[in-house]
Amino acid sequence: MDLETRAHLKETVRRFVRERLVPLERKVEEDDAVPAEVRAELKRLGLFGLTIPAEYGGLGVDMATDVEIAFELGWTSPAFRSVMGTNIGIGSQGIVIDGTPEQKKKWLPKLASGEIVGSFALTEPDIGSDAASVKTRAVKRGDRYVVNGTKRFITNAPYANVFTLMARTDPSDPGAGGVSAFIVAADSKGIRLGKADAKMGQRGTKTCDVFFEDVEVPAENIIGGREGQGFKTAMKVLDRGRIHISGICVGTAERLIHESVGYAVNRKQFGKPIADFQLIQAMLADSRTEASAARALVLETAGRYDRGERTTMDAACCKYFASEMVGRVADRAVQIHGGAGYMAETAVEHFYRDVRLFRIYEGTSQIQQLVIAREMRRAFEG
Amino acid sequence: MKVLVPIKRVVDANVKIRVKADKTGVELANVKMAMNPFDEIAVEEAIRLFEAKVATEIVAVSMGGQACQETIRTALAMGADRGIHVKTDVELQPLAVAKLLKAIVAKENPQLVIMGKQAIDDDCNQTGQMLAGLLGWPQGTFASKLALAAGKITVTREIDGGLETVLLDLPAIVTTDLRLNQPRYASLPNIMKAKKKLIAETTPAELGVDPAPRLTTLKVEEPVKRKGGVKVKTVQELVDKLHNEAKVF
Repeated sequence: MDLETRAHLKETVRRFVRERLVPLERKVEEDDAVPAEVRAELKRLGLFGLTIPAEYGGLGVDMATDVEIAFELGWTSPAFRSVMGTNIGIGSQGIVIDGTPEQKKKWLPKLASGEIVGSFALTEPDIGSDAASVKTRAVKRGDRYVVNGTKRFITNAPYANVFTLMARTDPSDPGAGGVSAFIVAADSKGIRLGKADAKMGQRGTKTCDVFFEDVEVPAENIIGGREGQGFKTAMKVLDRGRIHISGICVGTAERLIHESVGYAVNRKQFGKPIADFQLIQAMLADSRTEASAARALVLETAGRYDRGERTTMDAACCKYFASEMVGRVADRAVQIHGGAGYMAETAVEHFYRDVRLFRIYEGTSQIQQLVIAREMRRAFEG
Repeated sequence: MKVLVPIKRVVDANVKIRVKADKTGVELANVKMAMNPFDEIAVEEAIRLFEAKVATEIVAVSMGGQACQETIRTALAMGADRGIHVKTDVELQPLAVAKLLKAIVAKENPQLVIMGKQAIDDDCNQTGQMLAGLLGWPQGTFASKLALAAGKITVTREIDGGLETVLLDLPAIVTTDLRLNQPRYASLPNIMKAKKKLIAETTPAELGVDPAPRLTTLKVEEPVKRKGGVKVKTVQELVDKLHNEAKVF
């Protein structure tokens, strides 16, 4: 993408986030919901189609543009990004990356416009980091599959029109090879939603259990048209998603630093601004340095992704470093704010709770460490 | 009906303005620029006329250095159909801009020119009025509401202490006030499409206008900094200071 258009996209999202979304953060915290009119505005802005190819009605931005926009979206409460987060990421990318032409034509234009919301159903009550051990079963009967199982913590499930569902099609293979990815319409008979999860932070985002009871799925809805590819698809989806989430972490760190500097300059103790004190300065400098390092890592990895290089390790490095970084930055931001930082009136209070999830979802920090080490060994051993 | 929307590239409204050390102007190096907010309202109004099937084409025009094309591109992303860039590095004052616009109006034959009432950098508030004078067209300035019907335009104007409603024959000049509308954010797909829209380039020479400034800026100064207040101990002291120092009574 040319630099002028990229800058224009970034600037527009930046303005929208700062003028329109930031003033609503408190309301989202209090209502635990994103206002309906904001959902409509996000749709009009075209953000749902950010990563869906232009031929299917999306923007099809490259990774470098994707992360620049993530930097801007990260500036505000994660609930806003979550509105279209699954359409940008895990809820659409399975079809984008591995879908058949028919599947793409059928689903992607509606996902791009935001007419439908996509959701990604991998995690189960007994299956988290051990993602290859999916227990949900899909049994072939004629030209359909019959699905039974329970999915847990499914982001945007209450709004979802379509799920990318991971289910075991081959019970003789208990590992990754027995898993297939399906496109399942949310209004299929036999799908039931649990009650919305009560969470520590990220208020306004909706997750819940999804129960599949004898749900019939047409055989042509297997992503890519072949059994046994589901886990591979899921890993490719997560690879790209990790770079995007890292961009979000950087954006949130920037916001926390902005809040911290603002508070440190205005708050007076012992007759002068606390920004005059070196122990405060040390915290600000540490946060700035770490956020800049994460930004550089994310931009470098996005560039390599766009050049078609293998970035599995780098994406894991990004997710690991950026999510842990924003955790430390949020902790310092509360510390700089002192007692005020513990109060719900300040933005840093909810960001402190919000960012905790970044170290857990779409692969915990520990899983990222394993991926990084595995890739290092693979490169060495050939 | 064709609508012409002149737009100016100015320092972004959120930037803290700094005056150059030699007081010849404001600091523009590495400063974020954006479309003049009043002009953004003008673009929005033109698009609403288009959406209401009153306007059939919107032409955005900007004048100045190469970077003006970015500002035109913003208007195109919002919904303008094409752009005109009058390239010049000369400092443009309202009279020169009005003359250049007059030349463009002669070529384009718009029925309506909608423009910001003033630019937030120099606050001149002159260009629209001068253009109306040069063209001999009616003008509705400081518009807070527009209605078009049967070759005429009704403009509600914000004036001191109230509103004035005027009826103008077309073609006409309208300048926009803050409350006319809330400009939209360009959608991301439209930003991508704007890249393919046409921006025609021309120069003051091609338009037969000498843009040389008529006014000389002597100096530019920052507003006087507010001095800190004082605390008074008694009502009597306050009354005394109000009377003798502030001289309010």
